[in-house]
Amino acid sequence: MVWDYIVNNTAKCIELTLEHIFIVGMACSLAIVIGVPIGVAITRNKSLASKVLNTANIFMTTPSIALFGIMIPILAPFGYGLGKVPAIIALILYSQLPIIRNTYVAIKNVPPELVDAGRGLGMTSWQRLKEIEIPLAVPVIIAGLRTAAVMSIGIAAIAAYIGAGGLGVLIQQGIGRSYEPMILTGAVLVSVLAIFVDGFMAGLESLVTPKGLKVGRRLRHG
Amino acid sequence: MGNILIRIYRLIMVLFLLAAGVLLDRTGMLEYMADPYEFAYVLALARQHIVMVAVAMVLATALGVGIGIVFTRARMKKYAGVVMYIVGLGQTIPSLAVLAIVMSFMGIGFEPAVFALFVYSVLPIARNTLAGINAVPNWLLDAAKGMGMNNCQILWHVELPNAMQVMLTGFRVSLVICIGTAALAFLIGAGGLGEQIFMGIDLMRTDKLLAGAIPTILLALLADYLCEFLGLLLIPRGLRLEQAL
Repeated sequence: MVWDYIVNNTAKCIELTLEHIFIVGMACSLAIVIGVPIGVAITRNKSLASKVLNTANIFMTTPSIALFGIMIPILAPFGYGLGKVPAIIALILYSQLPIIRNTYVAIKNVPPELVDAGRGLGMTSWQRLKEIEIPLAVPVIIAGLRTAAVMSIGIAAIAAYIGAGGLGVLIQQGIGRSYEPMILTGAVLVSVLAIFVDGFMAGLESLVTPKGLKVGRRLRHG
Repeated sequence: MGNILIRIYRLIMVLFLLAAGVLLDRTGMLEYMADPYEFAYVLALARQHIVMVAVAMVLATALGVGIGIVFTRARMKKYAGVVMYIVGLGQTIPSLAVLAIVMSFMGIGFEPAVFALFVYSVLPIARNTLAGINAVPNWLLDAAKGMGMNNCQILWHVELPNAMQVMLTGFRVSLVICIGTAALAFLIGAGGLGEQIFMGIDLMRTDKLLAGAIPTILLALLADYLCEFLGLLLIPRGLRLEQAL
């Protein structure tokens, strides 16, 4: 049933999949650019850290369709109430918690001996961050990105209802037409994409982990 | 430097609240909720939402904790890895896809929605119960055995209290996801607060939309805080960890 639909509508399926990947990829890359510096900055101040993490947690707790709903009146005056822009903004907000938290935890968990050794070598605070703390934190940050990416794929499917496109369109239109093969195709393709990205990121995670430092997975789903 | 950052943070929060107030007034959401009929309607939808989540969560907690306990017993332990893998795989499947798949073989209405929520909520609970019980240190179990406890007593007095923190995290994740997914249950005809949101988007009526979205968000945040409170009740004092990040 699903296979027949894909064979008959190959072009459409590929186009929607690429659109989905574009939304998620865009959101995740922007989320890293915003989230990692925040995560690094809050390691210097504990009370600020708990405030920022709590704020990020509130976004994470907010149901996705409700967040899309709230963003319509906020972004409508700028002409971006519906479409890809609110979807990408929402995905960035959702991705902040895993990325900021993992960056924060990773840098906090860098052994103090290593930082002291860096200080002993005469490194400045910025050099210590660049040469010691961030390289050691990268696998854990990638683990956070993995959580964020898988979650984003699921939420991007819902974004079809605010006109963002992507594979959610198949589910949305399928439900509207009570056309089962279309619904199932959408559901299966989204799931396969999520599982594939999860596996890909897992591979990336173990690729960037130095041998003898394989701790990245432990911090997922905290 | 830290003080300045915190001041900036506070300023942002105050500005945010002000903007939210202005927005609520501008969009007419307050006026909408002041209408007694519309208000009663939103309340009825909220009740539907809560009933849906409650039924699904009770079933999911029972099954999830059950799976967690069964697959940590000595005889079944060898299958725990497989179960963890399947559960992890299930968690990557998007919620909308789960609803859509359930709809395609159970049709529309309340039962399919509850079933979908139930299936989706079992996963984090089962995963965290398994992980929590597995993480109980061996020397605690040895000490319990040495005191002459039988397996049931070990489970009830040692393993479950020690795993409670992790299990509660799973419950909390599950509950929040469940409330969010229940907002999508409108799409398969189960009502709930999602009805206001989707109708609001379709009709381009911001007041209606916010009357659905804001209660949903409040419900999720409230559930999140209640879970934290539940931790104070369920976790023995000696075992409370530092607030985990």
